[in-house]
Amino acid sequence: MTKEEMLFQYCLRMGDTHNVFAHRMGEWCTNGHILEEDIAMTNIALDHIGTARAWLIYGGEVENKGRTEDDLAFHRDERDYVNMLISELPNGNFAETIVRNFMFDAFSLLYYTELTKSSNETLAGIAQKVIKEAKYHLKHSANWMVRLGDGTEESHQKLQSAIDEIWRFTGNMFEMDDIDQSLSDSGIGVDCAQIKEQWMAVVMQTVSDAKVTIPENKYMLTGSKKGIHTEALGHMLAEMQSLARAYPDAKW
Amino acid sequence: MTEEQLEKNFQNRIDAEQKIEPREWMPEKYRKHLIRQISQHAHSEVIGMQPEGNWITRAPSMRAKMVLMAKVQDEAGHGLYLYSACETLGINRDELVEQLHTGKAKYASIFNYPTLTWADMGAVGWLVDGAAIVNQVSLQRTSYGPYARGMVKICKEESFHQRQGYEIMAQMAKGTDAQKKMAQDALDRFWWPSLMMFGPHDSDSPNSGNAIKWKIKRESNDVLRQRFIDKTIEQAELIGLTVPDPDLKWNEERQSYDWGEIDWDEFYEVINGNGLANRQRVAQHKKAHDQGAWVREAAKAYADKQKNKEV
Ligand SMILES: [Fe+2]
Ligand SMILES: [Fe+2]
Repeated sequence: MTKEEMLFQYCLRMGDTHNVFAHRMGEWCTNGHILEEDIAMTNIALDHIGTARAWLIYGGEVENKGRTEDDLAFHRDERDYVNMLISELPNGNFAETIVRNFMFDAFSLLYYTELTKSSNETLAGIAQKVIKEAKYHLKHSANWMVRLGDGTEESHQKLQSAIDEIWRFTGNMFEMDDIDQSLSDSGIGVDCAQIKEQWMAVVMQTVSDAKVTIPENKYMLTGSKKGIHTEALGHMLAEMQSLARAYPDAKW
Repeated sequence: MTEEQLEKNFQNRIDAEQKIEPREWMPEKYRKHLIRQISQHAHSEVIGMQPEGNWITRAPSMRAKMVLMAKVQDEAGHGLYLYSACETLGINRDELVEQLHTGKAKYASIFNYPTLTWADMGAVGWLVDGAAIVNQVSLQRTSYGPYARGMVKICKEESFHQRQGYEIMAQMAKGTDAQKKMAQDALDRFWWPSLMMFGPHDSDSPNSGNAIKWKIKRESNDVLRQRFIDKTIEQAELIGLTVPDPDLKWNEERQSYDWGEIDWDEFYEVINGNGLANRQRVAQHKKAHDQGAWVREAAKAYADKQKNKEV
């Protein structure tokens, strides 16, 4: 694999992750428990889609085959999608969304903080912009973690079940394959294994504030870097890509 | 001061174009009229999120998805802003939402029409936001201060929405045959319902008397509707779409368009609950609200605990 091919894959992984995340958060639109929260969740969706665009546009340039952000987002299949598993998890109830977001947001802030040091100016630039948003996202999800965990008996239980369910998808965020390793070694990408400890500290602090626990079972699911997903992704893409694919010649 | 004197002072202030503010004395009927109108307006913003939200997960490009989500989010903001304006009249948001769910409060009937193709995202922005602007620009001079100020803020965003909607239509109208067909079809379906947004003809509009006298309403339904028609026809022509009204004709003398007649039976049927989406719109709002009850309770329980800690 050439350096460009590796960088292209790297862009797809992050671009897909944010695109899929944006889609999930967009699904909350008109479904929030209160209008203010509808606005907040759409805000988060907008941030993610903006980040996805930055990664995919740059990915297209790196690939250098004339593919646009839309070609990459709407005309690739499930098996070609390399988003992190956690991003595709269905919204479920509000607690499940919050746990999913929190686990990712805590990762995201650390990841992009590291990425600002990238020797690749475009990636460093993306990171600069995303950090501000990631801070806000983390504040949003961490606050809700505590409110739900230390709210009512019902909300506490829902939060705990959500953590038990989602925890096994968190390891995937820190996996490093040859591509990641190579890009990290050359100062372009982030060594995710390095940020795991800090991530764990952030998570444990919030989990403790929320009076919940992380599960005993430490088994972590994997597969996303090879295009292996939960079944939920295929349904999401079927919907997301339906119009773009029905009229491939159309400009919108 | 007697009630009569108070009312006379109030009317003098209105006649002098002074804004009425929340803590001032106002006739009970004025307050009730405003609560009805502003809450209906707020509910319209919020229910109006649904027909467009219907296409967020199918938006055909990244940019289109972003623009659409931002637009729907703006509408949520408008709703919030208007609920706050309404609350200054001594009613709270829970009561207003309750009225929406029981059907006591209405929202703009246009949102009871389904959005069937992507072109509807264009038609809604261009025509529905377009019609709303004509109405809202007029309301910037309404006599109740918080409402008037809200309109100034909201109008800026609405005109942005209108341009974005028109841009979608223009893009599709010059696109592939399938896109052109979708664009024309969306105009065909949304044209008349957009005209209905201005309400019954002045001659059939019993509520207007006090509203005009109190300067809540500054211009009549028919005046506003005609203004919308005159500015929109040219926009349709410019992008090669045909407004579905065989009676449409430029009137040189009036310097305005003559046009056909609205199907008032349809208008009243949809208002009375028989549009394709009436039940779905309210049910969806109620479902989200009910499913979120445990979250609101949790937030409240947490806030209460924090308060007790401080004490
Ligand atoms: Fe609006
Ligand atoms: Fe609007």
